[in-house]
Amino acid sequence: MPKGNDDTDLLFKALADPSRRKLLDLLHASDGRTLGDLCEHLDMTRQAVTQHLDLLEAANLVATVRRGREKLHFLNPVPLQGIYERWIAKFEKPRLKALHDLKRRLEG
Amino acid sequence: MAKSTFVYVTYIRTTPEKLWSALTDVEFIKQYWFGMRCESQWTPGSPWRLLFEDGRVADSGEILEADPPRRLVIKWRNEFKPELHAEGYGRCVFEIEPAGEVVKLIITHSNDHENSKYVTAVSNGWPRIISNLKSLLETEKVILK
Repeated sequence: MPKGNDDTDLLFKALADPSRRKLLDLLHASDGRTLGDLCEHLDMTRQAVTQHLDLLEAANLVATVRRGREKLHFLNPVPLQGIYERWIAKFEKPRLKALHDLKRRLEG
Repeated sequence: MAKSTFVYVTYIRTTPEKLWSALTDVEFIKQYWFGMRCESQWTPGSPWRLLFEDGRVADSGEILEADPPRRLVIKWRNEFKPELHAEGYGRCVFEIEPAGEVVKLIITHSNDHENSKYVTAVSNGWPRIISNLKSLLETEKVILK
């Protein structure tokens, strides 16, 4: 269950692996895939892919939906938005303001 | 399952009742939905509309299911971009599940078009809205304006 600081740890741990990032890329290219479908694109055992998907789901980067006997995997971008807000947006703002001020000085 | 689907999941430190009211209270919605005004009676069959601050209609539809504080289904169509409007109605399902000290919110937005432009467009908006909603419920502040 993601919550508090553990969330962030799980999130960065989940992202710190090339196979898991590839899984996210695959889901971004085409969402709602089955385990079998994802396995076809990775040179790994089914079991290894399952473990990676479990970690991604624990970090809330992947959401799963059951459809009959199949389990479909979806990329969940919500925690990435959190990373953007905490680690990117606030650093961009002063730079954008500096650029805006410069433009005003040059044009004014 | 519909041809184009996006699923968003977030865990929020709140109660199902508070989350339900956050999803259905006009004044509260405005705070996390970038000033958008949402109009509905929130009962099955009642119309649903989302309006820009200047009063133009952004999206419209109908409440298909309302089971407070667990499940809300909205029939949803874009009204302000012709190419998105042309795809007709999609469905947006809100599911609220208690999960220990937190509440799991699952939003599934879908329609029956392959590579739907409409679903892609809403998918760009949802993460920011959900992030604001979470922040507002947990800290009483929004991050993005």
